[in-house]
Amino acid sequence: MTGDQTIFNSNTDDTIPVIRIEHLYKSFGNNAVLKDFTMQLYKGENLVVLGKSGSGKSVLIKCIIGLLEQDSGTIDVLGSDVQNLDEKELDELRAKVGFLFQSNALYDSMTVRENLEFPLRRHWIKMSTEETNERVKEVLHNVGLEHTVDMMPSELSGGMRKRIALARTLILNPDIMLYDEPTTGLDPITAKEISELILNLGEKYNTSSIIISHDMNCIRMTADRIVMLIDGCCYAQGTFTQLEQNNDASVKQFFEQWQSKHSII
Amino acid sequence: MFANLKQLLTETGRLGRFASHFFPQTFQARFELAEFIRQCYIIGYKSFPLVGLTGFIMGLVLTMQLRPALLDYGVATELPEMVGIAIVREIGPVITALIFAGKIGSSIGAELGSMRVTEQIDAMEVSGTNPYKFLVVTRVLAATVMLPLLVITGDAISLYGSYVGVNIRGTTSFQLFFKMVFDGLAFSDVMPAVIKSFFFGFAVGMIGCYKGFNADKGTEGVGRAANSAVVISSVAVFILDLLAVQITDLFGLN
Repeated sequence: MTGDQTIFNSNTDDTIPVIRIEHLYKSFGNNAVLKDFTMQLYKGENLVVLGKSGSGKSVLIKCIIGLLEQDSGTIDVLGSDVQNLDEKELDELRAKVGFLFQSNALYDSMTVRENLEFPLRRHWIKMSTEETNERVKEVLHNVGLEHTVDMMPSELSGGMRKRIALARTLILNPDIMLYDEPTTGLDPITAKEISELILNLGEKYNTSSIIISHDMNCIRMTADRIVMLIDGCCYAQGTFTQLEQNNDASVKQFFEQWQSKHSII
Repeated sequence: MFANLKQLLTETGRLGRFASHFFPQTFQARFELAEFIRQCYIIGYKSFPLVGLTGFIMGLVLTMQLRPALLDYGVATELPEMVGIAIVREIGPVITALIFAGKIGSSIGAELGSMRVTEQIDAMEVSGTNPYKFLVVTRVLAATVMLPLLVITGDAISLYGSYVGVNIRGTTSFQLFFKMVFDGLAFSDVMPAVIKSFFFGFAVGMIGCYKGFNADKGTEGVGRAANSAVVISSVAVFILDLLAVQITDLFGLN
């Protein structure tokens, strides 16, 4: 393992871990994806998990939210051990954790409004119709798409769908946000807008975030700290600048291409 | 050969395990009544025109093709009774179930398959919703309840088609035709047919949901889910029909 230094932004409280993962193992058949993975996410922090495709980044955040069950190890989210929660307790925890899916996962058969109201209705959040409308309006305003409220997801562009999916995760005012490759499949300009949105909304609502990505522009913009997931474990961690200067070959390969592009520009 | 057999048995076992969650989930709160009613509307009401059309044509064609043969034997007057028994006991439930498998099995398989591929099922789970209860239980229940209703209405329309068929070459009053149909039908003709329709509906709904819920990643997986949902549920309809005839035979109802 290499660098272990951490530098946080002003919103970060590095004494309170909101997610604590210890000695996590997860395999699919003979394919061991996570091997003794350990990391913490601190309150107010934007943590990027960087790794190659298929390295187990998405598996990691699906284990955090309880969509996948780990083979062994501990995942502690907001003081609760995810594996030992019953269905009701898990639902209560999930209301505090927003998950932005890579494919957006908007319900095709529902309008944007119904998509946004779905988590509110399903988590039994007691709200009057006026309060619900107000909340829908607020989250849509946050992502700049108020006019799409009665549109179907199929009528929206890729970037708009991503913003609506982001609005849906924000509607429950989560304490933690999990972003699964938020800029994948978007053009560079839209990807930059989404990265800015992640940063701004994180500051506005004081959320702690785990961002799964290999988009170096997005990572540079959003990351307070980067954890490198290589060979199933936390191979290295540090700020963007620290890792950029790291001489380890496995770490370097992620930054080399970005550096060459950056130097051309 | 053995590999295929093993695969068939494995798949059947997985389907059985998937279906075993149905009853505990159905009777456990919270009940997804609104979604169940919506599915009844989509699965039942929206299938009605197709079932009605095919039923009408089936009754008409069956009558027109039977008539010359019965005339040869001099028993053309038995035509309403014969068509009635054939439609109510066998052709109505099986053909309606096959049409249902084609329309509903494929749409459930494709819908749930695309929801799986685009992570909508995962999104539902993190939104405090049990996807099995919300997606599978509601659809399977709706299919189980709506298919017998479609079979009964399909039978009625099919018999009307038969009445039209009789009147193309001859003249039989509406009252006389239906009196002869109902005179020829016994309770033991109607009940097994209705009961097996519930099982057909359950099988079509469950297989469609199983295939969709377990679709592979990618658009190819969605297509495969929809296709295999239709193929397997159609075969299941015939297997269940075979079992039903054996059971009714055991009870002396044939």
